[in-house]
Amino acid sequence: MSIAARFRIDRAGFSLDVDLELPGQGVTALFGPSGSGKTTLLRCVAGLERAPGGALSVNGDTWQDDKLFLPTHRRPLGYVFQEASLFPHLTVEQNLAFGLKRVPAAARQVDTDHLVELLGIGHLLGRKPEGLSGGERQRVAIARALFTSPRLLLMDEPLAALDPQRKAEILPYLERLHRELSIPVLYVSHSPDEVARLADTLVLMEDGRAKAVGPVAEVMARLDLPTAHGGEAGVMVEAAVAAHDDAYALTRLDFPGGALWVPNHAEPVGTPARARILARDVSLALVRPEHTSILNILSAEVVETAPEGKGRTLVRLSLAGTPLLAQVSDKSAAVLGLAPGKQVFAQIKAVSIL
Amino acid sequence: MTLTDADLSAIFLTLKLAGLTTVLLLLIGTPIAWWLARTSSPLKGPVGAVVALPLVLPPTVLGFYLLVLMGPNGAVGQFTQALGLGVLPFTFAGLVVASVLYSLPFVVQPVQNAFEAIGERPLEAAATLRAGPWDTFFSVVLPLAKPGFVTGAILGFAHTLGEFGVVLMIGGNIPDKTRVLSVTIYDHVEAMEYGQAHWLAAGMLVFSFLVLLGVNAFKPGGRRP
Repeated sequence: MSIAARFRIDRAGFSLDVDLELPGQGVTALFGPSGSGKTTLLRCVAGLERAPGGALSVNGDTWQDDKLFLPTHRRPLGYVFQEASLFPHLTVEQNLAFGLKRVPAAARQVDTDHLVELLGIGHLLGRKPEGLSGGERQRVAIARALFTSPRLLLMDEPLAALDPQRKAEILPYLERLHRELSIPVLYVSHSPDEVARLADTLVLMEDGRAKAVGPVAEVMARLDLPTAHGGEAGVMVEAAVAAHDDAYALTRLDFPGGALWVPNHAEPVGTPARARILARDVSLALVRPEHTSILNILSAEVVETAPEGKGRTLVRLSLAGTPLLAQVSDKSAAVLGLAPGKQVFAQIKAVSIL
Repeated sequence: MTLTDADLSAIFLTLKLAGLTTVLLLLIGTPIAWWLARTSSPLKGPVGAVVALPLVLPPTVLGFYLLVLMGPNGAVGQFTQALGLGVLPFTFAGLVVASVLYSLPFVVQPVQNAFEAIGERPLEAAATLRAGPWDTFFSVVLPLAKPGFVTGAILGFAHTLGEFGVVLMIGGNIPDKTRVLSVTIYDHVEAMEYGQAHWLAAGMLVFSFLVLLGVNAFKPGGRRP
């Protein structure tokens, strides 16, 4: 089960040249700065952009090769645009039905009632798009795409046009979709937080090329790919809720390399949780610091260091295999003698639960 | 003072001409408007200009060339004769052909503007929802462009009602066949029958005012403050 995509486009001032083999399940983020070709790649996959000579197969079905080019309307995909792009002349319900009624009954596999509930749009069905908030529109657009029982869901920065509040409103729905549906998703984003929160696989796009492909935690922690950090170096740690300390309003998250105490995270023990730790929130010491207010101090080994410029060094650490990034001054790196193999203690000032 | 049979006949003929012309204009103008709205061909400029020509040309110029073209020795005339249709000038059919050309920009331009205002995105969204090109045209483009069609149809109809120069050149003044309202009014004035002329002229005035009122109501956003 995989998605194989090979596209080449040469235009004045822009070129795209990718040859990707992506997992046929889970969320794959196409991540990179604007102009890096991630939206163009997504449009090629949808057939909205023609890339002669390209090839695309999705979980065994060929959508494009030398002889074949399925037009967009014959590709079993769902597409969520940056702006919801609902049809203004139709009600929410009619918008949802637009794609659904064009799919043969035998190919309908989605429980539409469940989706309406999952995305919280049941109370909007009779309304016209112009009466909805941006967040509501985007949720309807996501439902509309999923109603067609797509074999592949394409999302082009579905949150970028929304303010932080609306974003926070939609993200939980996207996470639920991720957990409950088995449709593979290609998700274009330039937000490291979104990627860390939603994606399993990360494709790092730069100048129309795929610079790196791999599990999100791995690619984000690579020092040789500054763009993978999206301007803010940090790692994503996959953990699970292990215990609650109600007296201090804290929750312990366990992950393979140790444990993290975070502010009370009201989920049952065993619930998976993703934590993001920024490099600038991690400081290093050679001996275990005592008498400190910092809760999370973990034993780590230096894997490699890379100068970041402006007097700062980025250090990649391993917490028994789990990568962690720390940002220290060049002077500290020299004084502490940070080099591969060095045992250190990482003090983590802040952890955000995604 | 009431309308004579000749007046009523002219009114009926004019309405028939305008109605038929409007239907033909919508059928012919829609593909032209679609092409003009979507193409990036270098021919877009010239074709757009040709469609817009009746806006600036004196109707007599248009009528003159149509007369020459459709006459017994003109290219179109030769063709219609070869088809056994005879020649078109001074027939109702000829008047319809001339009216369609004369009013073409009044339909094409509002419809083209409406198509352009829709943009690419709804078409792409429809394609990702399994709608093929024709399906998309009827289920998305037409409903979204409806105000443009209504405006175009009203303007095309009204403009055809008022044509005079082209009619005189190509249709002449044959009762029940080519004598339309504007020509009838002219005849009344020539014959010093100002009362008769008033009836028809005032009717046209009121009708035109109502038409323009209707067009305004259908402008995008015109119905809501």
